Amino acid sequence: MSDLTLSAPTRRRPLVLRHPSVLVFLVVLALFTLGVTLLSEGIGLGVISTSFIKTLGKTLCFCLVALAMDLVWGYCGILSLGHMAFFGLGGYAIGMWLMYERTRRIIVDSLATAELPATPQEISDGIASQIFGVVGASDFPPIWAFAHSLPLQLAAVIVAPGLLALVFGWLAFRSRVTGVYLSILTQAMTLALALYLFQNDSGLRGNNGLSGLQNLPGLDLVPQSTVSLWFFWASALALGAGYLFCAWLVSGKFGSVIRAIRDDETRVRFLGYPVEGFKLVVFTLTAILAGIAGALYYPQAGIINPAEVAPIASIYLAVWVAIGGRGRLYGAVIGAAFVSLLSSWFTGGQAPDLKIGSLHIQWVDWWTVLLGLSFVAVTLFAPKGIGGLVDLAARIKSPNRHGADLGPGAGALREREADE
Amino acid sequence: MTKIFQRFLFCLLCLLGAPALAQEADAPIQQLLQHHGEIIAKSSRKTIAPAIDALAASGLPAAQQVLERWQAKEMWRDETSGLFVFAEEIDRDTLRIFDPANGTEIGAVPDEGYKQLKPNSGIRGMIGAALVQFQLSAPDPVTRATALDAIERDPDASHLLALRNAVGNESDPALKARKARLERLLTIRFDTDTATRIEAIESFAGDPAVDVRATLNPLVATRIEVATAAPQGDDIARILSVGSDALPRAAAYALLVEDGLVAPVLSRAEKRAALIAHLRDGAVGGYQVAQLDREDARDAAYAKLAETGAVAAVATEAEVSAALDAHVFYERFIGAPPIVARAALRALDAIETKVNLNRAADLVLDALSLASIYFLAAIGLAITFGVMGVINMAHGEFIMMGAYTGYVVQQVIPNYTVSILAALPIAFAVTFLAGVAMERLVIRWLRHRPLETLLATFGISIALQQIAKNIFGTQARPLTSPAWLDGSLVLNDIVSISYIRIAIFVLALVFLALFLFVMNRTRLGLEVRAVTQNPRMAASMGINPDRINMLTFGLGSGIAGIAGVAIGLYAKVTSEMGQDYIVQSFMTVVVGGVGNIWGALVGAAMVGSLQKGIEWFNPSNTLAAQTYMILFVILFIQFRPRGIIALKGRAAEA
Repeated sequence: MSDLTLSAPTRRRPLVLRHPSVLVFLVVLALFTLGVTLLSEGIGLGVISTSFIKTLGKTLCFCLVALAMDLVWGYCGILSLGHMAFFGLGGYAIGMWLMYERTRRIIVDSLATAELPATPQEISDGIASQIFGVVGASDFPPIWAFAHSLPLQLAAVIVAPGLLALVFGWLAFRSRVTGVYLSILTQAMTLALALYLFQNDSGLRGNNGLSGLQNLPGLDLVPQSTVSLWFFWASALALGAGYLFCAWLVSGKFGSVIRAIRDDETRVRFLGYPVEGFKLVVFTLTAILAGIAGALYYPQAGIINPAEVAPIASIYLAVWVAIGGRGRLYGAVIGAAFVSLLSSWFTGGQAPDLKIGSLHIQWVDWWTVLLGLSFVAVTLFAPKGIGGLVDLAARIKSPNRHGADLGPGAGALREREADE
Repeated sequence: MTKIFQRFLFCLLCLLGAPALAQEADAPIQQLLQHHGEIIAKSSRKTIAPAIDALAASGLPAAQQVLERWQAKEMWRDETSGLFVFAEEIDRDTLRIFDPANGTEIGAVPDEGYKQLKPNSGIRGMIGAALVQFQLSAPDPVTRATALDAIERDPDASHLLALRNAVGNESDPALKARKARLERLLTIRFDTDTATRIEAIESFAGDPAVDVRATLNPLVATRIEVATAAPQGDDIARILSVGSDALPRAAAYALLVEDGLVAPVLSRAEKRAALIAHLRDGAVGGYQVAQLDREDARDAAYAKLAETGAVAAVATEAEVSAALDAHVFYERFIGAPPIVARAALRALDAIETKVNLNRAADLVLDALSLASIYFLAAIGLAITFGVMGVINMAHGEFIMMGAYTGYVVQQVIPNYTVSILAALPIAFAVTFLAGVAMERLVIRWLRHRPLETLLATFGISIALQQIAKNIFGTQARPLTSPAWLDGSLVLNDIVSISYIRIAIFVLALVFLALFLFVMNRTRLGLEVRAVTQNPRMAASMGINPDRINMLTFGLGSGIAGIAGVAIGLYAKVTSEMGQDYIVQSFMTVVVGGVGNIWGALVGAAMVGSLQKGIEWFNPSNTLAAQTYMILFVILFIQFRPRGIIALKGRAAEA
């Protein structure tokens, strides 16, 4: 009897018990979502305006892409300066369907009153000239072949960023491009994509981008206050699921290997792990996550244009993660939420102007300077970012051993203290 | 009382002066004018030509002046005698008149009996063209040059003879060459003798000038015609095959329709309009309206309509093919006699070859100039990146800082030459200090953490960009180059390069030489190389690596500042200008190889020529060129991950 219990494999405890932060995060997210819903204009008390619901929903999408950035940078050590390209690709993929379908309905309505019923060709021509009139074209480019189908474009949200990441990552990792070289290469990738999209004959309306994405086709009667809530919920759900997924991924053996790659890539390779394969998986997975975040973001933003995938966007992504605290998932979320909300507060002109003597500081102008300098300060003095505050709090609570032996059973604490 | 007396006196004077008013009514010029008197007085553009031509061709010495005064609306006609005079208005109703034959003053007369000739602008233009022949032999070279300009702008058959007459007695060699060249061009266009024209055409073989091509192109103009059998004849340029680029299928069929040879094909819209026009009780051609939501249903309905004769029959696809097969399409020369046209074609072919060669040369110059800009932008980066292993993402902002320094210096020193010469060292000093400060305050503390250095310098880059925007505003600031850098070196109509680009090229060479000198011939260079190779060993030899790193970083930043002045001269200075160059600079360094000035040079040459090369294939689209260039670099890294010129040995491990 006792033999049996001994031989039974020790079962791993559930994820949320091993990592209480996951549970805390999910509860906080759920409470936040509930609270916002209750206060919303659409179905709640009406304290929070629709535009602010959209801002919050967009912030949640930023948090999701920051999670992806944290996974690839904080955990795997690949400083990608191109993840906003995947974000933008996801947005373009869903935006194509939204724009196509909405335009199709408008065209069908307008042709319904014509003397003859419209042929498929006439409808298609009408949509094309409506969408591409601004760039002086009237034919559908090949990449719009699937724009009529929501399932296919939803698949493109995952496939397009995933495929780009796979090809780019395969090329980059197999030639052992690492460190700053890789960062510059990823930046070049997003610049190339942005420049390509800026062309009028890219098939995606050049610098006009895709617009009117906030209107869901066929749901014209549903007010924006309700639509914004739907997207808010979807963003919250995606963030929760994404967080759970990332936490699960990094808690297991896979997580240990990618952290090891971050700390000493060569040693991991010598231990026999296929380093390039691991990196490629992480890079591609995070690209897909970023794509999903983008697909949720742009219908709330209403417009997407090539400037969104310019290199500077990806740099801001790195800034969020660094300020929030990389190498911990909640750090990325906190950083993205904190910095992006603060940024919209400052640049929105709501922040009070600062008067120091004769110096009159308007935050609309000076916020970016403050952000840049505080970013430098965080890099120099607080590499752990805001998330480091959690460590400080934890240390205050932990017993002060006054140099005594760590003793058995201290678990993770022992590992950390020995580290210092 | 006195008034009456004055009037009387005036009348008396007039009577006394009458003999003096007499003019030479039988002077040749006056006779000529009288001969065309009616049409001159009518002053209509449609009929005036013979009068002007006769005057211009008369060879009379007074003709030029007559034409000039006429053009200036200073010619009047005596309404009673019909004689023409020159006149100036003394006051509202008195004229001073002159004899057109010799320009002598006749006297002051009341203007009642005279009518002013008022040629409209069209006629004045014709008179101007006629005057050209006089101006071509004018004593003043400037007038002659102006006349040549006028002919070049708007050549006319009548100029040919005048030019030919004027070539011989031209004394100025430059003007003579121009006249001779223009005479040949006009010969090609207007001469009636075929052999002379061909001779003139052949004299231009291989001349890539634009005006030659503009003259020759109308000669080889063709018209597409159609026949049932292959045509014979000298003036057939070529037989066209249907569906080729020169003759798409639809265009060929349209030609047949135009000639009335076949029935037209209706477009979808036309068919639709016809169906709508024949809608009766919600049906047309036996089809219900609701059924007509497909093209084949509409075609069938239209065919039914055509059977009833309500609409014209249209050709089916099979009929179209049959009609096209039954006809031959060919081009016929219409611009000139065939023999001249063929000579022009041959000359144009020769010119085309020459033009392509010249274009290639121009491309090489463009690529060189772009490469030297990238080299200037990247050289500072190569120093900091290569020597210290530090990625300075604020490098672009140092370039911007240098450009703005130049702008500020120009605000202080108004003389452009002095201000540019002063701006170069000042920009170097400013960015050198900024670089040293940055190294001291930030980069030193992030040693061996390259990714974090990259991020911290990003933070600085963002802050610097916004500060520049706050200080100088968002609009572009000009950095004006001195007058001696204006304009460009023009070799011919195709190959030209602006002096600023030459200056940048020279500047790049100077910096290459300076850098090589500093690194290989000075104490500082020796120490820098030592620290690059092995900082610890260098330190134990008494070199202070911190000091060397600081100076190196300052040097790299200072060069970025000078590059900023150079770039600002030909591009606008904005707070975002650094961003335009930073990625290309990194590409240059990565492609070329880190830690080696030759690497930066090769990288710049490659990136620059690549970009121009791609633009060559797709000239309208520089964005695409940049996209493909970056893609190429990403692929290139596959084959040479450490650049073209890679460091070997232990230094490469750092």
